[in-house]
Amino acid sequence: MTNSNPLINIIKTLQGIGHRMVERIWRLGAGARLFFLTIVYSGESFKRFHLTMREIYSTGVMSLLIIIVSAFFVGMVLALQGYNTLQKYGSSEAIGVLVSLSLVRELGPVVTALLFAGRAGTAITAEIGLMKTTEQLSAMEMMAVNPIARVVAPRFWAGVISMPILAALFSMVGILGGYIVAVPLIGVDEGAFWSQMQANVDFQSDIVNGIIKSLVFGIACTMIALFEGFDAPPTAEGVSRATTRTVVISSLTVLGLDFVLTSFMLVI
Amino acid sequence: MDRTKIDLWVGIFVALGMAALLGLAMKVGNLTSGKIGETYAVTAAFENVGSLKPHAPVKSAGVAVGRVDSIAFNSKTYEAVVTIKIDKRYNFPKDTFANIYTAGLLGEQYIGLEAGGDEDVLSNGDKIAKTQDAVVLEKMISQFLFSKASEMDNDAKISAKPSESESKPAEAKSTELGDAPF
Repeated sequence: MTNSNPLINIIKTLQGIGHRMVERIWRLGAGARLFFLTIVYSGESFKRFHLTMREIYSTGVMSLLIIIVSAFFVGMVLALQGYNTLQKYGSSEAIGVLVSLSLVRELGPVVTALLFAGRAGTAITAEIGLMKTTEQLSAMEMMAVNPIARVVAPRFWAGVISMPILAALFSMVGILGGYIVAVPLIGVDEGAFWSQMQANVDFQSDIVNGIIKSLVFGIACTMIALFEGFDAPPTAEGVSRATTRTVVISSLTVLGLDFVLTSFMLVI
Repeated sequence: MDRTKIDLWVGIFVALGMAALLGLAMKVGNLTSGKIGETYAVTAAFENVGSLKPHAPVKSAGVAVGRVDSIAFNSKTYEAVVTIKIDKRYNFPKDTFANIYTAGLLGEQYIGLEAGGDEDVLSNGDKIAKTQDAVVLEKMISQFLFSKASEMDNDAKISAKPSESESKPAEAKSTELGDAPF
């Protein structure tokens, strides 16, 4: 009936685009608002530090296993692939530099953030979404307890604290994995492996920049997970959708931010 | 979960993170080798520093004795002024030679110091007078090609006019790059 009129179709399409645009911008603004509220109300998560401590346990400590195991394999694969190419140019001693620079600069922070989004981010979203569904957040407000100060802020700071630690662990374990493949298995000289690494990895411009990256990713991933949970429709389907969205948006944000941060760091 | 148990695990977690960071700084990064204690600064002017960078090593007899602190451009003399910091334990004579070398064929560039025979030693703020520029590969190749071309030119002339060959070779020798050591 109305489909026959092309003008109405065009208007409907435009309406759809506009609706989505407004929705996105609204979510961005709501996310920013939640971020500032979290910062404002984060006094309590430091005054009663055991709240944050418990969240560090569930986001940081519980992610240790997946981080360490994947870091080990990533390091080993890097060493294998790197050796395969480098030996063609007769510079297989540079394998230590290759493994350490790619881990410390890029893979450490980025892969940790991706794993963190999948392991801890989803848990945060699901937990807060379910709290909202079962009206625990409303109950808190009824008892004059600010849910942002009590629930959101400790999780936020736990994520921000955990991420750099996990990224540093990832880089170190990955380098150890690369060492195990390169030195005992392939037979690269041990002295050249470490000394070339030390000569080419700069503390300031490589290691500190990697930590800055992981800190930014920590803020982004945790904030996205918290917002998605806080914003989830109070139904089973809504929570499941919010959890999926957490992973997708966090991953894309991390990769995009990584490009921006890298371009800033390499210019300076 | 018990609060003390959580505290313990978080403690282990943070300690592991610190250990990893310390390992990165000490074993992987150059934090330990970058420290050279007390230093004194010396400047040296080069016409071309190539791709020398700040923090590049300063070596004498292959041993790292200092680091390049800064590289600046002098707009009056159109030269690059390189400030290098040398470890206080090492003294060099006033007429020390400063050369820019390349580590390996494509490696990074560093400054090599070759000690002279002067009795006085360099001190803070002194200037190294004798320097040698970085080797620019393009320049070297073009010089080589130029010398080859002129050689061939001369050979052609010699074979074309054998009667004048007694005076020509002397001139050929004197052309600037005729006997470059390639």
